[in-house]
Amino acid sequence: MRLCHSMMNYFPEEVLEHVFDFLTSHRDRNAVSLVCKSWYSVERLSREKVFIGNCYAINPERLIARFPRVRSLTLKGKPHFADFNLVPHDWGGYVYPWIDAMAKCGINLEELRLKRMVVSDESLELLAKSFPNFKALVLVSCEGFTTDGLAAIASNCRFLRELDLQENDVDDRKGQWLSCFPDTCTSLVSLNFACLKGEVNMAALERLIARCPNLKSLRLNHSVPLDALQKILVQAPQLIDLGTGSFVHDPDSEICNKLKNVLQKCTSIRSLSGFLDVNSRCLPSIYPVCTNLTSLNLSYAPEIFSIELIKLIRHCKKLERLWILDTIGDKGLVVVAATCKELQELRVFPSDLNGMGNAEVTEVGLVAISAGCPKLNSLLYFCQQMTNAALVTVAKNCPNFIRFRLCTLNPTIPDAMTNQPLDEGFGAIVRSCKGLKRLSVSGLLTDQVFLYIGMYAEQLEMLSIAFAGNSDKGMLYVLNGCKKLKKLEIRDSPFGDVALLADTGKYQTM
Amino acid sequence: MADIELSYGGGNSEKLDFEETELRLGLPGAGGQKAGNGGAGKRGYEETVDLKLNLAAKEIAPMNLGKDQKKLLPRPDDSVKPPAKAQMVGWPPVRSFRKNIMAVQKNGDTEENEKGSGGVGAAFVKVSMDGAPYLRKVDLKMYKTYQELSDALGKMFGSFTMGKCDTQGMMDFMNESKLMDLLNSSDYVPTYEDKDGDWMLVGDVPWEMFVDPCKRLRIMKGTEAKGLAPKAMEKCKSRR
Repeated sequence: MRLCHSMMNYFPEEVLEHVFDFLTSHRDRNAVSLVCKSWYSVERLSREKVFIGNCYAINPERLIARFPRVRSLTLKGKPHFADFNLVPHDWGGYVYPWIDAMAKCGINLEELRLKRMVVSDESLELLAKSFPNFKALVLVSCEGFTTDGLAAIASNCRFLRELDLQENDVDDRKGQWLSCFPDTCTSLVSLNFACLKGEVNMAALERLIARCPNLKSLRLNHSVPLDALQKILVQAPQLIDLGTGSFVHDPDSEICNKLKNVLQKCTSIRSLSGFLDVNSRCLPSIYPVCTNLTSLNLSYAPEIFSIELIKLIRHCKKLERLWILDTIGDKGLVVVAATCKELQELRVFPSDLNGMGNAEVTEVGLVAISAGCPKLNSLLYFCQQMTNAALVTVAKNCPNFIRFRLCTLNPTIPDAMTNQPLDEGFGAIVRSCKGLKRLSVSGLLTDQVFLYIGMYAEQLEMLSIAFAGNSDKGMLYVLNGCKKLKKLEIRDSPFGDVALLADTGKYQTM
Repeated sequence: MADIELSYGGGNSEKLDFEETELRLGLPGAGGQKAGNGGAGKRGYEETVDLKLNLAAKEIAPMNLGKDQKKLLPRPDDSVKPPAKAQMVGWPPVRSFRKNIMAVQKNGDTEENEKGSGGVGAAFVKVSMDGAPYLRKVDLKMYKTYQELSDALGKMFGSFTMGKCDTQGMMDFMNESKLMDLLNSSDYVPTYEDKDGDWMLVGDVPWEMFVDPCKRLRIMKGTEAKGLAPKAMEKCKSRR
């Protein structure tokens, strides 16, 4: 044994570094750095991609001290519940100190990915001016900046490949940020500005797209009309991922026909989204790309009636990911089940957020999907009602769930047939899906469901609970049982200090 | 490092009691609370805010909560009632971004959509109230007058008033003594951040001219808002 260990230590560092290069997951690299001092040292000096799941877990100086060669940084700020206004507004999550520290230490930053952080125009300006090789900016659910900050990025980042803005709250300053991309900018591979509220200069947009031959992903905002889309696609037939802007036009016009023709030439498109405003009668224009589509997001288009959705879906036999609104109804989900045999991820969002609505999505749709789509492993399902029997069936049909998030519109609704809590149904899910990593429960639930979760959900890493449980016992079952739990979010549930403080030692691993 | 987020937890009811799972509304001491329940069970958001702020009774234009209060009390024959939807913060759990998009689509009125900033139909602005832990959001396009806004904010934040509005719906800023009275009282006044980033008192311009420049609302104590008054008056004068 000892001989073996000494032999490992005689590997020159370059060899170790080369071996570590094959480790792409940050968890693997973290594990490797714990083996011994020399591995820690080699690993830290060669790590280029760093992931920080909680921006307050460590300070920027410490990051730089440990990983001086970091080139790509991912930071997450506010907790998930912030998306639903459940976190005080001054919680924090500011990115400026990170950019400032890295700029001062001469870090060669190339990529920055932020989620739920506060990003000021000042930080974007500092970012744009401090890192000459900066290539990729991805902002998800962030806030605090305006289009002026984007203008700074466009003007200064000469080698920008990726500008990806997903669901951010951005103030529009009515400047011409898109026109700030210089004529020399030809490196864009991904441009997503779907979340911006303001207008962009169409001519500048068309010119930008025409001079970026490597553009693979383009997501427009609602201000880009259908006729502009058609012109843009003529310039970018190589696109793989397309997010349309406004999809409204006179369906009998020449434009819709032209669009259909140009889409026929876009043979690489595999992912479609947008439809931020849509005239359903224009939808047939996109049928040409439906045959090869693997990802479809129609969840921003409540105007599309169920019947049109169904017609569209029938063309999409290769779909692996579908995000849709509950306007599709159980009937539509039955069609999905019959058509999309490759489906892996399904998200059904609520269309009526004020009342309990006209939603016709119930347990029936879910059972149909589970029966028709054996590869299903990721689910987010907002529904009017649920039953234990349905969940038991789903658990049997789809034992491969990795993510199972169920959200009943009435958060404490019992089994629609028996009026019992939904404990048994969720129990079946955790018992059957041995690889389950993320679970969100809803409906009427007692401590019993948490007993099941604690007993069976061995791989569970994230659990979301709302309006559930009776007593501290519920929480104790989970904390004692789920060994791999990393994230726990609880609201409006009766768990007190006794439960939450019972095993504080556990929290170190979370 | 633990990554646990809690929001209004509390209470340790032992048995499955449907009433316990209801979100109750109503001012402190209203009939909706069980005796001896104290702070256990679910607290409506309004109650939390009220307890912390200790708001004084209003003399100017008191909020007419009488009939609203009755609507909010639980009816005795309801067995499994969902938590009152209008007040369930963050349920269903849908990102604000998505909510905004849906609101836009529901407007449907393309004329409406063309007016206003960037062609988007809704005008959601954040509303904060000093002392309250959470922000809210309101869609200014849902209201036609300051009074409607005041009513809505009143429902959200408990006993709060915007003071008297004259027949044109504009506050009388040219009358310094009236203004000073308001700012000296312990009443809360609404202020807003306009497009230039200045903080102004709400009510100085006609409603239609208010919606577009208004980026954010903040309800602060009258005494704190004093510093804003001179600026507000200047801007007001320059508009006339």
